[in-house]
Amino acid sequence: MFDRFREILRHGIANKSFVIGGLISLLFFIIALLSYFWTPHAIENIDIKIRLLSPSWTYLLGTDHFGRDIFSMLIMGARNSVIVAFVAIGIGIGCGVPLGLIAAAEKGWIDELIMRFNDFTFAFPSLVSAIMITAILGPGAVNSVIAIGIFNIPVFARVARGAALSIWKKEFILAARSAGKEKFRISIEHVLPNIFSILIVQATIQFALGILAEAGLSYLGLGTQPPAASWGKMLNEAQTFLHFAPQLAIYPGVAIALTVLGLNLFGDGLRDVLDPKLRRNR
Amino acid sequence: MSYFLFKRLATMLLTLLVATIVVFIVLEILPGDPASLMLGIHAEPETLAALRSEMGLDRPVLIRYTSWVTSLFRGDLGTSYTYDVPVLELITQRLSLSFPLAILAIFLSTLIAIPLGILAASNHTKPLDYVVMFFSQIGIAIPNFWFALLLIILFAVKLHILPAGGFAGWDAGIAPALLSLLLPTIALALPQAAILARVTRSSLLEVLKEDYIRTARAKGGKRVRILWLHALRNALIPVVTIMGLQFSFLLAGTIIIENVFYLPGIGRLIFQAIAQRDLIVVKNLIILLAASVIIINFIVDVLYAVIDPRLRGSNDV
Repeated sequence: MFDRFREILRHGIANKSFVIGGLISLLFFIIALLSYFWTPHAIENIDIKIRLLSPSWTYLLGTDHFGRDIFSMLIMGARNSVIVAFVAIGIGIGCGVPLGLIAAAEKGWIDELIMRFNDFTFAFPSLVSAIMITAILGPGAVNSVIAIGIFNIPVFARVARGAALSIWKKEFILAARSAGKEKFRISIEHVLPNIFSILIVQATIQFALGILAEAGLSYLGLGTQPPAASWGKMLNEAQTFLHFAPQLAIYPGVAIALTVLGLNLFGDGLRDVLDPKLRRNR
Repeated sequence: MSYFLFKRLATMLLTLLVATIVVFIVLEILPGDPASLMLGIHAEPETLAALRSEMGLDRPVLIRYTSWVTSLFRGDLGTSYTYDVPVLELITQRLSLSFPLAILAIFLSTLIAIPLGILAASNHTKPLDYVVMFFSQIGIAIPNFWFALLLIILFAVKLHILPAGGFAGWDAGIAPALLSLLLPTIALALPQAAILARVTRSSLLEVLKEDYIRTARAKGGKRVRILWLHALRNALIPVVTIMGLQFSFLLAGTIIIENVFYLPGIGRLIFQAIAQRDLIVVKNLIILLAASVIIINFIVDVLYAVIDPRLRGSNDV
């Protein structure tokens, strides 16, 4: 395990996307983790007297319309993005990968059924699902997690199925079958470890998309609710002050774009490092 | 081909049917009593009873479902509770903004993406290629609603040359209407263009590796001529497919962008309907949105199979 990790790092260091994207992503995760121990100011502190302050040593990026420290809110927003994107990926992998593995192993009508279920889920983009859930339950971070997670299921199912199908054609699988192993055990012991790299790369891409989706849902008021901080929510609130405090709309957007850019670059780099055969014309 | 078409059509109809069942369960069964959800906990019992009867909630679930689906097919989407006008009329009214906006965005993104993708592919591994790919990565990472806010800050707040939001209406004339759609179109087109440019470039590079391109080169064909006459035609097939599959992203993008610019389109309507708890509008709009994604995917599948006959027997289309 450690050897594999070392090998990835050794190849990765030579890959620019891997290094730059990895560093940006690492910074983002460290900031998100940092929020559990420290923020310069508490984001619940509302003080109208110090609203819309310019950047200073006390308030690194200034304050918002409620007098809250923008830098602290960005740190808390990073945590929120990580949690939503992580859980949504968990839903996607937890439900999608088994479906993909079953479809590839069983083929026939089960495969057909799972693929049609996929088509069906694709018909409900996360925004449409979130709207539907909000209509009955009201807005909230959990809704956005569910909505993004549901949309991740067919993505992982498709990727897992496609990759697993090519593994099922290999000779070592034939050997395992001849040895009398059941399809379930083959899927877990032989297929899954061999498609792991592809799933990790897809997870990186979905993580970036999850952050974008969470920001979009929170911007629309369907996701994270105050007092919790979310980059999308910050942009929503900033829109009212575009005329006299446009800087409020700059910082959260930069945070989203930089994080997504970092994760996408890292995903591209990781794909090259893990499996050079997958390398596209980039 | 006819078997493929039949199979795809049957799948599409089945998917549509399942979509209606899911939307019905989520919006009519799960809330318990949709009428009290719409009117709130302080509603008068008489008003509640009247709404229940108007919505047909006193009938058995199966009858309610079948009558909803049959009315959908008849084009009768019920009457909005808040606006007191037929939902279909509301939607057609709002579509007169959302549809042109989506079309303009597709047009603009194609206009930007295809030439950039060709430029990058024909300068593969040269500085121009890296520049296009760099901007494409940035374009994919920037959320469209943030880009929209940046456009508003620059063109409306700082330069005062374009409106920050609102829609002049088609009655005010084509020019003012298009002017109020200019920033929303740009904001919606950017992420689409970033993705399309990458796909165009990748697809063109794949095609340029093909044997028939090498043959054309060996015969002494000029680079530009080979690119335009032989490579581009084949390279654009996956690009068109991706454009079709991006429809659901375009749909979501339109909903967000309409809310950024306060445009009275479908996206704004659905949010107003949620705020006003108008479940009749929400239910019918959601099913129409899902149905449009399902139908577009079906059309893309069929078109793709028409263009590339190898895919007709495949399960992966």
